Amino acid sequence: MKKVRSNIEKRRLVGVSVITLLSTISLLFFGFISPGKDKTTFGFVLNNEWVIIKEWVIASATGAKIFSLIAVVASIIAVLAFRANRKIVIPAAIATFGILMSFITWVASGKFIPFTGLLQGALLLAVPLIFGSMSGLICERSGVINIAIEGQLLASAFVSGVVASLTHKTIWGLIAAPIAGAAISFLLATFAIKFSVDQVILGFVLNVLVIGLTDFLYKKLLVPYQSTWNTAPTFGHIELPILAKIPVLGPIFFSQSIVVYLMFAIVATITFALFKTKWGLRTRAIGEHPTAADTVGIDVNKLRFKNVMIAGLIAGVGGAYYTVGSVGAFGKEMTAGAGFIALAALIFGKWSPIGAVFAALLFGFADNLQSTLTIIGVSIPSEFMLMVPYIATIIAVTGLVGRVRAPAADGVPYLRGGAH
Amino acid sequence: MRNSLAKFLQAIKLPGLSFLMAFTLTGLIIAISDAKVIAKFSTPLEFIKSALAAIGNAYLALFQGAVYDVNLTKGHTFIHGFYPLSETIVIATPLILTGLSVALAFKAGLFNIGAQGQFIFGAIGASYVGFHFHLPIGIHILVAALVGAFFAAIWGGIVGLLKARTGAHEVILTIMMNYIASYFILWILKTQSFLRPGRIDPIAPEVNQSARLPLLAGANFRLNFGIFIALAAAVFVWWLLTKTTIGFKFRAVGANGQAAKTAGISVPFVITSTMMICGALAGLGGAVQVLGSTYSLNTDIAGSFGFDAITVALLGRAQPLGTVFAALLFGALHAGGRTMQSSTGVPLDIVLVTQALVVLFIAAPAFVRYIFRIKKLNASASLTSKGWNG
Repeated sequence: MKKVRSNIEKRRLVGVSVITLLSTISLLFFGFISPGKDKTTFGFVLNNEWVIIKEWVIASATGAKIFSLIAVVASIIAVLAFRANRKIVIPAAIATFGILMSFITWVASGKFIPFTGLLQGALLLAVPLIFGSMSGLICERSGVINIAIEGQLLASAFVSGVVASLTHKTIWGLIAAPIAGAAISFLLATFAIKFSVDQVILGFVLNVLVIGLTDFLYKKLLVPYQSTWNTAPTFGHIELPILAKIPVLGPIFFSQSIVVYLMFAIVATITFALFKTKWGLRTRAIGEHPTAADTVGIDVNKLRFKNVMIAGLIAGVGGAYYTVGSVGAFGKEMTAGAGFIALAALIFGKWSPIGAVFAALLFGFADNLQSTLTIIGVSIPSEFMLMVPYIATIIAVTGLVGRVRAPAADGVPYLRGGAH
Repeated sequence: MRNSLAKFLQAIKLPGLSFLMAFTLTGLIIAISDAKVIAKFSTPLEFIKSALAAIGNAYLALFQGAVYDVNLTKGHTFIHGFYPLSETIVIATPLILTGLSVALAFKAGLFNIGAQGQFIFGAIGASYVGFHFHLPIGIHILVAALVGAFFAAIWGGIVGLLKARTGAHEVILTIMMNYIASYFILWILKTQSFLRPGRIDPIAPEVNQSARLPLLAGANFRLNFGIFIALAAAVFVWWLLTKTTIGFKFRAVGANGQAAKTAGISVPFVITSTMMICGALAGLGGAVQVLGSTYSLNTDIAGSFGFDAITVALLGRAQPLGTVFAALLFGALHAGGRTMQSSTGVPLDIVLVTQALVVLFIAAPAFVRYIFRIKKLNASASLTSKGWNG
């Protein structure tokens, strides 16, 4: 019997083949054709955590071979899983990890890689992305496209910076930020739901509006009156007792500012609420099939409005991370496109909370690896490293890593009687 | 006659009110962010007076910087007073081209956010041909512009092809492609072939004289031949959409993809070719910017031409003529914004706010009707793109 392959299967096949090919190339190139001549040192100690292993020194060529071999084995497992029609996500992820580590070991030959610092930096760069993608997630799961994540992050970064500067209290900055995020959400919800404005256009316009307003006020107020308007204090690090002492994991996860702990809590809450509560079921219903939801008595537009507002609050906390959560002072367009990378993370993570978090972490890692390599003096064009999130997203949406599908009613205004 | 006047008034009612609201809100922001105005808060009459003065001064400066400034005629002919107008046209030129790129995509039901990236590739192509080769005058310009347009057509075509083959949404693809393009230009400007001799900062050599677009009003004005290229492109887009079979197919797919498919139109072909033409148009914008205005490629070459293009196309309701006028208007806002910033201290960035508000209200006719309590007479289709799955 001839096997008929669907489009999705074909694309998964391409995905598996690409991973296998990359693993093989990585093994051949980093391991044999152009092996590193020196030793690579990985450092594991960052703060005052317990030390099990301080450094790990390995010959670059050997390390690259080991990690590439892991990648090759994982891709073989992925191929087998694909033929057995099982999920290929985990072996594919391990293969990606192997290729990445092999690359790092190869590229940092003769150099020192602060491994724990690399991961910690990756998490920190991912923090606003995770908040942003959670905002996008709640909107889009409810059927409202949110391209205005960038605007939400920027507006709340601005407001939290200004409020914290004026009050000299970080906490007021953290409280004001979600309100600013919700204000942008209010515009998004009002125009999208009440006036049925096209949501992609709307989100785009809101971003321009926020960029224009913050740039304007930055030049008009924050620069000339810097000492009163733009000297926000920052939250200190809170070291969780004992947990912060765990090697590698401690400094990464348990010695952070309160904003990062809030992020863990929010992600966990959303994951639980979206799949285990009545609210979550209803939210998913209005995002997939609003007519059916309406039939069973859910007020579609009211719930959508509410959810878009919640999303604004969450993005707002992410905005606060830019100012009171890390550097303090607000900078012109300081979010620098993070809202769009957050959108990319949401899509790369297939509109699931955990998926989006991992995607954001991956993007944060690529970003931080790039700057780490520049700092330790590896000459690789950093621009190509910075392209990683975007290329990854294109690969994701074109279906090379399996099926990526937005909620069915995403972006479609709901009008009773189906008149749209 | 009277009837047509009434019709005309009816047609410009909502856009007119949108502008009124946008400029009123912008004025309010200008007034309340002015320290001198705020200082008079305790005396209401003085407060209103100074607020109106602040707004009036800002908008006067905006006009002087965008259209005509009598101060510039001192010691010169009256022609010099029109220098601001020539600047408006210089800024509008690439905007018309990128705006047309977005507008054409809208007609085929595609939302091209990628004009920014396409612009960059157009600029790279035109710049390289411009400084690297020595060709006769005229031919050099033509080759440089065509190579730029070709690069951008490929860049846009990738999006079209990916969408046609895999169904991925063009909004996401073009956002990502923009970032890739902006990092690509950062990289290429550091490479040996794009390094200007004697410089270490990322700036390409100036294009040769033979590749520069001729100036139209003497050396004192930056006004150049590019505006004719942009206008010709607008005519081309109008002709393509209304007079050709392929244009009809574009519009058919834009109106209803399913119906077009049933009627035997190849939707993947339409998507790919639309995105290629859109890319070429935006790329031409990049080429015109390099060959007619900056003469060299730098990291900030694209400015916000690709993003403003979206607001331009939206304001122009995706019509070629409307896009030209919208681009001229935003060109005027940008040119005038500079003067406003230097003479009244109102930051240029306020222009972005005006721009966003105008488009927001134009895109939300229901909102404008709601605010002014206008009854809906006839359903005019507002511009829409499609959801992620559409």
